[in-house]
Amino acid sequence: MKISGWGKYPCIDAVTRAPRSLPELIDCLQHRHAIARGNGRAYGDSAISATNTIEMKHFDRIHAFDPSTGQLIAEAGVLLADVLTAFGPKGWFPRVTPGTKFVTLGGMVASDVHGKNHHKEGSFSRCIDWLEVITGTGELVRCSRTENSALFNWTVGGMGLTGIIFKIAFRLRPIESSWIKQTTLVAQNLEQAFEAFERSMDATYSVAWIDCLAKGKNLGRSLVTLGEHAAPRDLPKRARHSPLQFLRKTRLTIPFDFPSFVLNKYFVQAFNALYFWLGALKPHTALVNWESYFYPLDRIQHWNKIYGRKGFAQFQCVIPLDRSLEGMSALLNAISESGSGSFLAVLKRFGEQSKGLSFPMSGYTLALDFPISDKTLALMTDLDAITMAHGGRFYLAKDSRMSAETFNATEPRREAFLQFVSDTEGERIFSSEQAKRLGL
Amino acid sequence: MKKNVILVLGAKSDIGRAIAHRFGQEGYDIYLAGRDAKTLAADQTDLTLRYGVAVSIFEFDALALSTHENFVSDLPQLPTIAVSTIGAMGDQAKSQLSGTNAALVMRSNYEGPASILAVLASHFESRGFGTLIGVSSVAGERGRASNYVYGSAKAGLTAFLSGLRNRFASTSVHVITVLPGFVDTKMTEGLDLPAGLTAMPSEVADRIFFAVKHQRNVVYVKPIWWAIMMAIKLLPEFLFKRTRL
Repeated sequence: MKISGWGKYPCIDAVTRAPRSLPELIDCLQHRHAIARGNGRAYGDSAISATNTIEMKHFDRIHAFDPSTGQLIAEAGVLLADVLTAFGPKGWFPRVTPGTKFVTLGGMVASDVHGKNHHKEGSFSRCIDWLEVITGTGELVRCSRTENSALFNWTVGGMGLTGIIFKIAFRLRPIESSWIKQTTLVAQNLEQAFEAFERSMDATYSVAWIDCLAKGKNLGRSLVTLGEHAAPRDLPKRARHSPLQFLRKTRLTIPFDFPSFVLNKYFVQAFNALYFWLGALKPHTALVNWESYFYPLDRIQHWNKIYGRKGFAQFQCVIPLDRSLEGMSALLNAISESGSGSFLAVLKRFGEQSKGLSFPMSGYTLALDFPISDKTLALMTDLDAITMAHGGRFYLAKDSRMSAETFNATEPRREAFLQFVSDTEGERIFSSEQAKRLGL
Repeated sequence: MKKNVILVLGAKSDIGRAIAHRFGQEGYDIYLAGRDAKTLAADQTDLTLRYGVAVSIFEFDALALSTHENFVSDLPQLPTIAVSTIGAMGDQAKSQLSGTNAALVMRSNYEGPASILAVLASHFESRGFGTLIGVSSVAGERGRASNYVYGSAKAGLTAFLSGLRNRFASTSVHVITVLPGFVDTKMTEGLDLPAGLTAMPSEVADRIFFAVKHQRNVVYVKPIWWAIMMAIKLLPEFLFKRTRL
């Protein structure tokens, strides 16, 4: 069966298995190069193995919830959306959430996802109490910061290469309402955007939409949005009696792959300029529902089809704080020079890094999409080089095209990771197409 | 006032599970019934945590006909809705070779479900209301070489449901026949099904919830299946017998 990640590139003919019980799941490890796959929301080939892709969709049960601690225990195939549906209206919210709720818990662990609060709360690993992992020997091993800690540290952010994440115990945070108080700061250029982030380190959530095609003195102009969970007293009177009410908006669907001419340079440039000016003109504080604050794109089903049949790639890197401004300027210059922009480019300040292969580090991250073409692939290779030159690294959950050389040069933790894998697995059991491509 | 309860017969099946989730979401208490009921414990916890409804599990064997009356009378409360997702595709080749194999397929898809639905029907009748739902199959609309043993049993179930509906037409007992078409379940695993004609179990459950709410009689899950089956049924026999469907 042909499968691909969310970016629809690369598309790989792969043998998939969908076990329904723990013994069936363990049996899957008899076939070479096993990799677990959740909801297929990694952008590239992280969760694809041509010989043995193991779909986790049947492991989708919630096992326990303790309202005194907020601890939720669930199987890896449970979607974050299901957790939100079940526990959101009861006043619980994930401590860390990525930009889509259509990810599985297992995928969140394997990618050690981050959210708009990384500068304060760190990545997803921070709220995990323990994991159950099926290792290469077919054993179900429980691990945490104190129990089998090496397995725990390398599994979180380990892209599924240390074993199959089976069960997760993690913490939700209490919320008083389903609303977010949003403040928008307008930054006319990159320096102003950085200042806005640095001034807002106390904000619970912060993220910027950045006009990646603006040039010259406008380079890096952004709308920096800050967010705080609203208390019932912050809400308008009519919403106060049911502060946790969750507004289900209608979902739109992209019915078919858009032809590639839709995404031409002029259209994307005009869209970005318009978006910036509309955002700059709008009132700068607003109350928004968490659905539209955290998951704006989830409203558009199959939005990946906007990029056409060939698919798209996402470029996401992080550059350490001391060289962030310089590095981001160089990246944005290269992007605006090339004229290949994307609708949604995102800039964000990260906090301290976690253990293992976890992506975030203290500094700034930039994420943007490009439709696949020879031109954009070449551009992304240039962006790789700029990132590398500024001491940065790349987010594996988004990657679909990086070279092994680039990865090797930017990831000094690779050696220790491979050492751990060979110590515990002996002959390699777990691998993905991405791991093969990157020599991981 | 007693809460609304849905009884799911064949609760371990993908469609059964999806139905339990759909009605749990609407606040129904849930009775899960199936063979080896202790394996339903994880679903029981999961459904309770997600929807905050009461979920109970019951041992039930569709083929043990003599137990059906007691199964229903022993339930803590007669359910508001009962749905049967019981069935087994079997293997047509094996069924052709062995009468015993064929009989098992026939009993699992017709005799068992019809028996328990009949028991529930009389209980619903004496209470005065209730909704009975049978998940049958488009395979029962016309016998085809590729799966006529399964198809004939489903045809029996479809006719049985139609008869029940006719019998209770003037009462408040409502009977719904569900014809799912292809569904992405354990039963069809490994088959190369056309995506446009294949429903997810959750779509079947949505459709059933819709049918209950709007008192529908016979529902196809994907409307296209109505057209396909209409065409298949209208084909003259001298042509139909030469097709390979």
